[in-house]
Amino acid sequence: MEIGIPKIRVDAADKVTGAAKYTGDLEPRDCLVARVVHSTIANGRVVSIDVSEAEKVPGVVRILTCFDVPDIQFPTPGHPWSVEAAHQDVSDRKLLNQRVRVYGDDIAAVVAVDDVAAARAVRAVRVEYEEYPACVTVDDALNSSAPPIHEEKPDNVLVRSALSVGDMTFDEAAASEPDLLRLEKTYETQTVQHCHIEPPVSHAYMAGGKITVVTSTQIPHIVRRVIGQALGIPWGDVRVVKPYIGGGFGNKQDVLYEPLNAWLCQQVGGRCVKLEISREETLANTRVRHAIRFQVEAAVRPDGAVVARRLRADSNQGGYASHGHAIVANAANCFKQLYRDRKALEAQCRTVYTNIATGGAMRGYGIPQADFAAECMADDLAALVGMDPLEFRYLNCMGPDYEDPHTHVKFNSYGLKACMEKGAGFIGWKELREKYRGQTGPVRRGVGMAIFCYKTGVHPISLETASCRMLLNQDGSVQLQMGATEIGQGADTVFIQMAAECTGIPAGRIHIVSAQDTDTAPFDTGAYASRQTYVSGKAVKKTGAVFKRRILDYAAGMLSRPAEALDLRGGEIVDASSGAALLPLGEVAVTAFYSLDKSVHISAEETSHCKENTFASGVCFCEVEVDIPMGKVKVLNIVNVHDSGVLINPKLAEAQVHGGMSMGLGYALGEELIYDGKARPLNPNLLDYKLPTVMDTPKLNALFVEVPDPTGPFGNKALGEPPAIPVAPAVRNAVLHATGVAVDSLPLTPQKLVERFTQAGLI
Amino acid sequence: MYDIERFYRAKDVPDAVRALEADPDAMLISGGTDVLIQTREGKLAGCSLVSINQLPELTGIRIEEDGTIVIGGAATFSDITNNKALQSRIPILCWAVDQVGSPQIRNVGTIGGNVSNGVTSADSASSLFALNAVVELTGPDGVRRLPIADYYAGPGKTVRQHSEILTAIRIARADYENYGGHYIKYGKREAMEIATLGCAVCVKLTEDKRRVDDLRVAFGVAAPIPMRCHETESKAKGMALDADLLDAVSQGVLAEVKPRDSWRASRAFRLQLVSELSRRALSRAITFAGGEIHA
Amino acid sequence: MLDIITMTVNGREQEVAYDVRESLADTLRNRLGLTSVKKGCEAGECGACTVLVDGRAVNSCVYLTAWCAGRSVLTVEGIKGPNGELSPIQQAFVEEAAVQCGFCTPGLIMTAVEIVGTGKRYSREELKKLISGHLCRCTGYENILNAMERIVEETWEKHGVS
Repeated sequence: MEIGIPKIRVDAADKVTGAAKYTGDLEPRDCLVARVVHSTIANGRVVSIDVSEAEKVPGVVRILTCFDVPDIQFPTPGHPWSVEAAHQDVSDRKLLNQRVRVYGDDIAAVVAVDDVAAARAVRAVRVEYEEYPACVTVDDALNSSAPPIHEEKPDNVLVRSALSVGDMTFDEAAASEPDLLRLEKTYETQTVQHCHIEPPVSHAYMAGGKITVVTSTQIPHIVRRVIGQALGIPWGDVRVVKPYIGGGFGNKQDVLYEPLNAWLCQQVGGRCVKLEISREETLANTRVRHAIRFQVEAAVRPDGAVVARRLRADSNQGGYASHGHAIVANAANCFKQLYRDRKALEAQCRTVYTNIATGGAMRGYGIPQADFAAECMADDLAALVGMDPLEFRYLNCMGPDYEDPHTHVKFNSYGLKACMEKGAGFIGWKELREKYRGQTGPVRRGVGMAIFCYKTGVHPISLETASCRMLLNQDGSVQLQMGATEIGQGADTVFIQMAAECTGIPAGRIHIVSAQDTDTAPFDTGAYASRQTYVSGKAVKKTGAVFKRRILDYAAGMLSRPAEALDLRGGEIVDASSGAALLPLGEVAVTAFYSLDKSVHISAEETSHCKENTFASGVCFCEVEVDIPMGKVKVLNIVNVHDSGVLINPKLAEAQVHGGMSMGLGYALGEELIYDGKARPLNPNLLDYKLPTVMDTPKLNALFVEVPDPTGPFGNKALGEPPAIPVAPAVRNAVLHATGVAVDSLPLTPQKLVERFTQAGLI
Repeated sequence: MYDIERFYRAKDVPDAVRALEADPDAMLISGGTDVLIQTREGKLAGCSLVSINQLPELTGIRIEEDGTIVIGGAATFSDITNNKALQSRIPILCWAVDQVGSPQIRNVGTIGGNVSNGVTSADSASSLFALNAVVELTGPDGVRRLPIADYYAGPGKTVRQHSEILTAIRIARADYENYGGHYIKYGKREAMEIATLGCAVCVKLTEDKRRVDDLRVAFGVAAPIPMRCHETESKAKGMALDADLLDAVSQGVLAEVKPRDSWRASRAFRLQLVSELSRRALSRAITFAGGEIHA
Repeated sequence: MLDIITMTVNGREQEVAYDVRESLADTLRNRLGLTSVKKGCEAGECGACTVLVDGRAVNSCVYLTAWCAGRSVLTVEGIKGPNGELSPIQQAFVEEAAVQCGFCTPGLIMTAVEIVGTGKRYSREELKKLISGHLCRCTGYENILNAMERIVEETWEKHGVS
């Protein structure tokens, strides 16, 4: 058995010694350096650019502007391409843009011999703008009399959508019973950023008539396609190499600066050009998590049963579409999938262009936002009917039989209520709810919770496809090649475990090729949507079966026995019924390669087109201490309990949960990109953007309820993103319990808390 | 690579003074944790630097015969925190500079640089104000000394002349002996922070430990430069160690501070912190001075 | 603006030609090929570039190479055993699953080397403060602290004085 073992990461030793190479570690020595010139307005148009002074800076090789780029608009999100035009991603940016839509938009680029020359030239570029009023919020963009941010969308609304469940409207349902209690609230989430520790970086060079781009990405095959689209060249003329990457969390599930890097390389005759994005640029000019405002109404019976809910969600898209409306649409789905409305659910969503940083994919893809709204509302409804929040959730949350009426995604395995039970036991829910009732004084404690559910991969909204390749080496070891990417989550290690499980070859004999090179790696859309162990895992399983059969077929010839009577276990060909060892795999391999009679290079490569999906779920419980006069929340105890099916590697699963919880705590208590009235980011650096430090992080407890999922290749389902989802509402609900103050917007910063405590008369 | 136009590594203090005199554009770099960051940001791009990084004559910490503490201008925050002589005499400063940035920053950042930046948020500054520290400057005309409060000329500005170097911080025995002190840094995070507000309190009690003999309350980020609350201090003298004292101080300071509204924190929030931190810092300082609050 | 200094890097004294405008991180990465030294912010705010200079952890991105004349610099490449075996600190990081994307890892290990080098025993809370100059987005610091705690304990048991 290789599944369920806490195997040590295959890349750990290389990562502790510096042997693991990341993009920036692989630059050729004679690299030119590129820097982007960013606009100093948020909304407007570049009228002219004067590069004459900049060109005089010694060491400058080439300066290119938005007036030089190909007239091609291209999409950037890491989605599978759609062959149907109607479902293709929005193409709304060029390599460099004359129409400025974000403060710091990319309007020109300098290529120079070193970074000092490049920076000097960037400072010497003179730009003349026509400036329009900046839209920071959704309301600004909807009310603004300024010209549309994209002329294709005159009202600045990228997409509107609606969904409903039940035969009644919300209003009808709310009027359908006499004693219903009503709640109307607005919950808001903020703009945050991924803050992977390795900023985006790439280098590009031309050789053999192709452009090679080495880049820190989650989605090498998609990057290849988008570079082709953006430059107007055949996709096969682009080669993308993805080495180890220093985190992604969704930001690198977007094609960021690779197309520009490739184009700059073309413009200097194919010389190697590197484009390192600074931390400030990463925060201000790559992608962010959408800020979403949720205006919600609910009607609930006095016994706590939810009868109807209505949601209006407005998502702040920023300047470009990127993943666009998919985020808030997903958010509305979560709202729907978490609780049972006895009669009606209505949701209306809008995604609105503004002039802040572009919203893209970020761990949880709209669900952390929706979960904040849904789970604040759950506690507020529980309070309205005077019910314990845990009991309220038991009564109203989706059960094992739930199937989404629109997407038909189901709980093929269900552990949500068991997670709640386990978490409540761990934190001491009942005792603490009682113990912390009616406190007084400046320092008070409370306990809160939040649940979530999350689908696994993107089917049926989008295509799910993955390939795997296995090659038998001459010594009987295996090369495992995936299109799926290792981005720190441990994918390489669990793929080896899976391959070992389904081939019977020990994990130690399976070598994974960690880097993807689109010229040689199998196709996979990449690391996102918590999909790889499920979707790409199916490809491993399918390939492993074929690979094993081919080995046994060859061995059958060597042993003059039928292949069906043989098996591969522990790296040996064995008698299938007795288990007796017959032939070491190494002997099969060397014979297969070098036999003068029958030379066969045994390999297998299979594509898995996944047409299934399944819900993962879970809960966060946390206990907090609130220092009221200081506005500080200290998390005393916190636990996430996850229903993610079978854990392929429990130790790595636990580590994944820790990281998500930490991200959730940052979301809850401090992280926020702040903009001034001109949509200028005020805190785009790691001093002012409050990523949690170790001093801010409590002991993180990760528990699991392992219910095997029949649709998972090894009983597994989503785990990558979920841990980040329920933490923020759990913290908010704990603060509510401690102080009686319901804070309805994230993050719960000290200043906001002091303001709210002052209003509530606690200070 | 940093956009540094000229770089000169001084051999000693006179050499550094000469180098500064010779180049009107030159500026000092010591630990570098501010200068290099501003160079990278472009504010100081193309700078001419005279380095006094870790000059041995500037890194020492010593106690003079009369008990005066002398801390070299290039002593790092870690040097100060780990110095036994300082730990027993002015633990407040050891504690305060242990809140700066991160351990790595504290290993290179210097007290001279922290003070000479002239910023109100400097973690060392409010404690040095509360300790009545004296700044020693060495320049072409020799050495001069002035109280730290006179060193600050405005936000980001000090009275240090172009060719002067902050060679030492001095604290007289009478200014620290028998005082209990405490500094509270308030930040949004518990590490890697710039202070939203900083409050340093030094208190000396009467011999019977029942009343305030002397009090010094200093703040960072409560005004454009670090400041003391002299009126509150003098009112507190002679008061008993009780709730009235805490109220008087935490209310009194509100009339003296002048915090700003900024995106980092509102004026109202900072006022709340001024009041609350002074109350808490005073309580701790009294404990450290051997007293007890009778609430 | 090339200059030459003598410095000891990972135990070997050597002459290094460098541009005086270079940070120590630049020199270590670009001239000496020590790419374990990562750049995450170039402003001393993330700790990924942490190396030891004369035994003290510094952010090599905001530290000039010019200051390293006569000093000794240690990076993660320099702490393996003579036959390439992992040091106990590295081993602890590996076994405690303290590594995910790995980008903050070399810097953290260097801070661990400084901490372990003191021979002192630290509580988990003290360790938190000592490693608070490193940002990590993957791990929530949990397993990093587990690894740190383990190595500090092991070292103290072997060599320590309380």
